[in-house]
Amino acid sequence: MAAGRFSSLFRRAATVPWSSIAGEAFDRVVLVAKTVCFVHVINNYVCSIALVRGPSMLPTINITGDIVAVERISPRWSLISVGDIILLRSPENPMKTVTKRVLGLEGDTVTFLVDPAKGFSSKTVLVPKGHVWVQGDNIYESRDSRQFGPVPYGLIQGRAFCRVRFSFEPLFTY
Amino acid sequence: MGTLNYLWLLTRKSVTGALFGITVSDRYLTVSPVRGNSMHPTFASSSTTFPGYLKGDLVLIERFCLHDFKFSHGDVVIFQSPSNHKQIYVKRLIALPGEWIRVSSDMLKIPDGHCWVEGDNSSSSLDSRYFGPIPLGLIRGRVTHVIWPPQRVGKVERKMKPERIYQD
Repeated sequence: MAAGRFSSLFRRAATVPWSSIAGEAFDRVVLVAKTVCFVHVINNYVCSIALVRGPSMLPTINITGDIVAVERISPRWSLISVGDIILLRSPENPMKTVTKRVLGLEGDTVTFLVDPAKGFSSKTVLVPKGHVWVQGDNIYESRDSRQFGPVPYGLIQGRAFCRVRFSFEPLFTY
Repeated sequence: MGTLNYLWLLTRKSVTGALFGITVSDRYLTVSPVRGNSMHPTFASSSTTFPGYLKGDLVLIERFCLHDFKFSHGDVVIFQSPSNHKQIYVKRLIALPGEWIRVSSDMLKIPDGHCWVEGDNSSSSLDSRYFGPIPLGLIRGRVTHVIWPPQRVGKVERKMKPERIYQD
């Protein structure tokens, strides 16, 4: 009696409150979407958190990685000044974000050592309009404006203003 | 009390809408007017001052390409000007990283992570011939369709200039 079995199935299916389930699911989806949008806007326009690591910013930022708070307001309003630590999209690989210190704004002249490991030959350059000069704090092991030249302002993602350092080393090493 | 409640509800609704709109336009799709005449055969030429730019085209821009930065020759892209980050330019992508391009009589190699952009209307276009190759990171989206005015609605075609590019 296949038909009877199907009709009982239909009768049971009819008792399930589909519309309220669908309504609830829709409400949940809307809530998730709202949260995602909120997080996106805060992350992109106000401030966010980034994990940065590598040897180029020693001793300011640890080689094994530090968590920094990044604010996104000052690049948008051109408030970056000399000495700020910024996160920027690498001009050599757009998928990579690098952390460097600003050493010159547009119109400044910057003098730098060409290769600090080899000698004292230095160069002086003028930073063109709309560009910044960035360098790592660790001049011996950093790929920065000394290699790829001044970077356009549009590549700046944010300014790091606060560091959260987790230190698990024993205290006597300090 | 009722009006206050209503105002509160209205504010909440509009803030939510704005957040949603900003997210979609940042991550997926956005609409923007095009001004100026540097892309003339592709987009209508219009003046950059106030009454003239109302005649410019409205275009649809997709941002999915920003997730992996994979572009093809001939894509029309929008990017931040290298000399003024508040200005957005629209140009055609001519050469990709690692390729050689012929500029007037010289050959030039595009460095890693950079690209060569030029306007379709080469007589009045401020592009890579003036400021050199630009970093791919400055690109803000890819133009896919013209959506206004009605008589110009259509897909934006890829146009290549293979005779100018050499791969090694």
